[in-house]
Amino acid sequence: MKIASILKQFSKDNKFSIKAISACGFDNLYRVQNKDLLPILKFVKENKDLRFTILTDLFAADFPARDKRFELIYSLLSLKLNKRLLFKIELEENEKAESATPVYSAACWYEREAFDMFGIEFDNSPDMRRILTDYGFKGHPLRKEFPLTGHLQVKYDDGLEKVIYEPVLLEQEFRNFDFASPWNGPEGYKLPGDEKATK
Amino acid sequence: MQETSKKSIDTKSTTINFGPQHPAAHGVLRLILEIDGEVINKSDPHIGLLHRGTEKLIEHKTYTQAVPYFDRLDYVSPMCQEHAFALAVEQLLKCEVPRRAQYIRVLFSELTRILNHTMNIGTQAVDLGATTPLLWLFEEREKIMEFYERVSGSRMHANYIRPGGVVADLPDGLLEDIAIFNKNFLKQLADVETLLNNNRIWKQRLVGIGVVSQKQAMDWGFSGPMLRGSGIQWDLRKSNPYEIYDELEFDVPIGKEGDCYDRYLVRIEEMYQSVRIIDQCLSKMPEGEVKSLDVKLSPPKRGEIKESMEALINHFKLYTEGYNVPKGEAYGVVEAPKGEFGVYLYADGTNKPHRCRIKAPGFAHLQGLDFMARGHLIADVVAILSSLDIVFGEVDR
Repeated sequence: MKIASILKQFSKDNKFSIKAISACGFDNLYRVQNKDLLPILKFVKENKDLRFTILTDLFAADFPARDKRFELIYSLLSLKLNKRLLFKIELEENEKAESATPVYSAACWYEREAFDMFGIEFDNSPDMRRILTDYGFKGHPLRKEFPLTGHLQVKYDDGLEKVIYEPVLLEQEFRNFDFASPWNGPEGYKLPGDEKATK
Repeated sequence: MQETSKKSIDTKSTTINFGPQHPAAHGVLRLILEIDGEVINKSDPHIGLLHRGTEKLIEHKTYTQAVPYFDRLDYVSPMCQEHAFALAVEQLLKCEVPRRAQYIRVLFSELTRILNHTMNIGTQAVDLGATTPLLWLFEEREKIMEFYERVSGSRMHANYIRPGGVVADLPDGLLEDIAIFNKNFLKQLADVETLLNNNRIWKQRLVGIGVVSQKQAMDWGFSGPMLRGSGIQWDLRKSNPYEIYDELEFDVPIGKEGDCYDRYLVRIEEMYQSVRIIDQCLSKMPEGEVKSLDVKLSPPKRGEIKESMEALINHFKLYTEGYNVPKGEAYGVVEAPKGEFGVYLYADGTNKPHRCRIKAPGFAHLQGLDFMARGHLIADVVAILSSLDIVFGEVDR
C-alpha cells in the first residue's frame, strides 16, 4: 500500500503514467511508459522510503499477436521493505528502449541478453554485443517466429579437416502436437465439418 | 633506487585468452584478459558456449516435460531449481502441497546446498593448489548423490520435485541413513576446516582478494553468498520463507570484508546450518501424502492403475498431454545454494508455458568479475572465479 501511494504521488508530480496491473497476481506490478522508465527507476532506487537498490532481473517476452509485440520486465528488490517491484514496458518491433545501466550496473548483461534473444536495442548502452549465441549468429532465437531447431548446424568435416556450418538437416520431421481437446469446450477447437453447422 | 622508481616506463598492455578450455574456468568460459605485465586491466567474459536454449525448449514442452531441463541448468545443485519451477507452477494452479512433501523438499534442498558447497570449496582448493579437501569432500558428495539415487533413481538429474509435491515417497531406511551421514559429515567438515581456515597459503590467496562492497554487491544484482559475504543479511529462506522454513531454526551467516575468504567462510557456515536444518527435518518429518491429491495434476497410484480403467486413462493423459495451467504470470523463487534462483512463467491456459524466464544467480555474479578482478594478478582471477561459484549450465542456460 505504501509503495502504491508513494508511486502515485510521484507520477502525479511528474505527469508520468504508472498503472498498476493487478490481474497477474503480483502485489507490485506496474505498467509504465518507455520514455518515463529511467527517471522512475532512479526514483525508486534513491527514495528513502523505498530503496529498491537491487535489479534482480530484466527480461523480455514476445507476443506477436499484440500491437506492441515485446514486453520488457524490470524486477526490483528492496531489502529494506522486503518487497519486490516489477515494471513492465511495451515495445514495438523496432522500437528502442533506454538502457538502465546508469541506474543499475547489473542491467548491462541483461540488456545484452534481451538484444541477443529478441533483437531489442537499448539506447546509451555501454556494450551492445551479443552474449549467449555463437560468434556471427544471425537471428534472435527467443522470438516466436524463430524455429526451435534453428537454421544452422555445426559439425567436424573429415574431408576438410575443420569445423563447418551447414543448414539444419532433420532426420525426422519436427513434431508439433495439437493438444487442444474437445473435452475442454468448443473454444479454439474445430472438428472437421463444424463449418457446415454455421452455414 | 628512488630515482628509478619515479621514472615512468611505457608498457604495452597485452590481451590473453583464458579458456574456453581451462580447468580453473569451471566449465566453458572464454575470458579475454587485458593485462599490463601481470596486472589485470580489464576482463571480458565471453559466455554462451554452453547455451542450449533452455528457455526456448521449455516453450515447446509441457509442464511435466520441462522439469528435467531445470536439473541441467546448475548441474551441481539440481533439486533447488526444480523447486523454483514447481513453486511457480503451483502459484498459478493455486494448489496445496502436502506437509510431508514440503518437508521432503526442504530436506533435499539442504542436502543440495551441501552438495553444491562441497563441490565449490573442493574445487576452489584444487584451483589454489590443495588436493586433499577435494578428495574428502567428494566422498561426502558421493553419499548425497546416493540419496538422490535412492529417491529418484538418478544420481544427479533427479526430476524429483515436481509441481504438486515430489514424485515418490522416501524409500525405507533412507531417513536413518541421512541421519548417520549428517553426523559423520560434521566431522569431515571440521577436518576440512582445520586444513584450510588458518592455512597460510589459503589465506594469502583469498584474504583481500576480490573485495565487494555492500553498495557494489547490490548495484551488480548479487544474491546468495555473494551478497552475504559482503555483510548484507539477506536470505530468502528467512525473509520470504517458503515451504516450512519459518518453522525451522537456523542462522544466516554473513561476512565482514566481502573478500574471497569471507565468502568461503560463509559457505562453510551455511553447510553447518544445513546440517542443523536436516536434523530438524528428520525429527519432524510427518506422515502422509507426498503429492497433491488433485487428479488433474498428480498421476493415480500404481495400484489404482491396475484395477481401474479411468485411472489408466488419467495416467496416460497426464503423461502425454500433461495438465493445463490457467492463464497468468508467476514468479517462483528459492534461495538456491548459489543465490536467488527464480522462474518467471507466462502461462496462456494451455499445457505449455508461453514464456519461461530463468533468473540464474551466476549470470549476475559473472558480470561482476570485471570490477572484482581489476588491479589483481592473473592468478587471483582463478581465486575470484571459484569464489563466485559459477556453473555454466545456469549462466548460459
